[in-house]
Amino acid sequence: MRRVAITGIGAISALGRNIAEFAESLREGRSGITPIESCDMTDIRFRNGAEVKNYSHQPYFEDRRADFMDRFAQFAVIAAREAVDSAGVVWTPELRETAAIITGSCVGGQSTEDLGFVEVYKLRHNRVHPLTIPKTMANAGASHMSMEFGITGPSYTISTACSSAGHAIGQAFWMVRSGATDLAITGGSEAPFSFGILKAWEAMRVVSPETCRPFSKDRKGMILGEGAAMFVLEPLEAAEARGARIHAEVVGFGMSADACHITQPSAEGAARAMRAALRDARLAAEEIGYINAHGTATLANDPTETVAIRSVFGAHAGRLAVSSTKSMHGHALGAAAALECLAATLALRDGVLPPTANYNEPDPECDLDVIPNQARSKQVAYALSNSFAFGGLNAVLALAAPR
Amino acid sequence: MSDDLIQRVLNVIATSKRIPLETVTIDSEFQQLGIDSMDAVEILFALENEFDISIPDEEVRSVRNVRHMCEGVERLIAAKSAGAQATQ
Repeated sequence: MRRVAITGIGAISALGRNIAEFAESLREGRSGITPIESCDMTDIRFRNGAEVKNYSHQPYFEDRRADFMDRFAQFAVIAAREAVDSAGVVWTPELRETAAIITGSCVGGQSTEDLGFVEVYKLRHNRVHPLTIPKTMANAGASHMSMEFGITGPSYTISTACSSAGHAIGQAFWMVRSGATDLAITGGSEAPFSFGILKAWEAMRVVSPETCRPFSKDRKGMILGEGAAMFVLEPLEAAEARGARIHAEVVGFGMSADACHITQPSAEGAARAMRAALRDARLAAEEIGYINAHGTATLANDPTETVAIRSVFGAHAGRLAVSSTKSMHGHALGAAAALECLAATLALRDGVLPPTANYNEPDPECDLDVIPNQARSKQVAYALSNSFAFGGLNAVLALAAPR
Repeated sequence: MSDDLIQRVLNVIATSKRIPLETVTIDSEFQQLGIDSMDAVEILFALENEFDISIPDEEVRSVRNVRHMCEGVERLIAAKSAGAQATQ
């Protein structure tokens, strides 16, 4: 089996339009959560979100190309461009033919679909825009990435709610590790700020009326986010041979299903996914130094995740650093695992562990070292990135610092 | 609290949770009825429709039994009719 290097990274989110801005926000513990501007919030009970502020498709896409792309697909391509640029990929016809693209998205282009529904149901127009279907489909991000780079190899999209990008990155990792492909572009993208989608989240009563405070006793729920993060994965040996910069290595991937409840999390299911990732990476629990938690800041998730971490790590749980960067980039659903895998990658590369922002008050039910509010300079060798989706489908990635 | 209001709340709970009406009483705890957090959210949605009220998240955080739920609904109906009178 081959070792797998992350040679390219790219991101667009509430924390900025590129990796440098994303990394700086995490280091400074600066939250991107602000009043939502891209949607009329008058009739919605919550106010705040983690948006890409003042986003326009210019200067990223010509008008005619943008006509074919929902916001989530644009984010996918923007992040993928930065990832591919930073990797310095040297394209050959063979590489284009065999490279893989695996993306995650939860709601895909539902914002576009929402506009079509307004046309027919509310405005009583008898037709919707003819591009509604190709803009709405969750695989549009992967499709536009394939066209962007002329990649004709295996390309697909995984939709497992909040774990989507975790499952996508894990599959891409396994494909590179096994030799099924020599290069994969993978990650997730999401853009859920549309009235109909926000009303559905409001109805679930899990969105915070203020901000996102993971693991804090006064937490009041999640905050939605948007954006994309993409990675270029290559065999480590080949990456080193061409002198590519290694940001981190992906070393393990674990999955599980809770088989329990459609929304309530299960500590056993979460623990099984973490154990599976450790087993896949051939790591002992004691070797993990940092966990980027799922940490949604809902009443249910954070204590359940704490129990799961304690069950996997035992006494070592007290020595681990754990943080939820959702406190800064929000919960970007199908892109969440990609933004969080990126946060873990940067932590391993730069030796700075990102904090849990907006943290006020210890909760005895979440008694982990959650890196409150201030980033911590500490080089760890291995990290996990946890994703536990609605529907009980869990994905955990294990990463290693570049060596 | 009027019997009518209580009956309507019990009905909403039974219908929403799909359990026999006679198993739901004013003294039932959610736990006894097997009502979990997602069930509760669905019941709140049905109550909002039944009584044409809007139930804020902060009103429901600590509600764990049918009596508290009825009291909350009564309070919100009263607030609604007071608001309607004020605007007349």
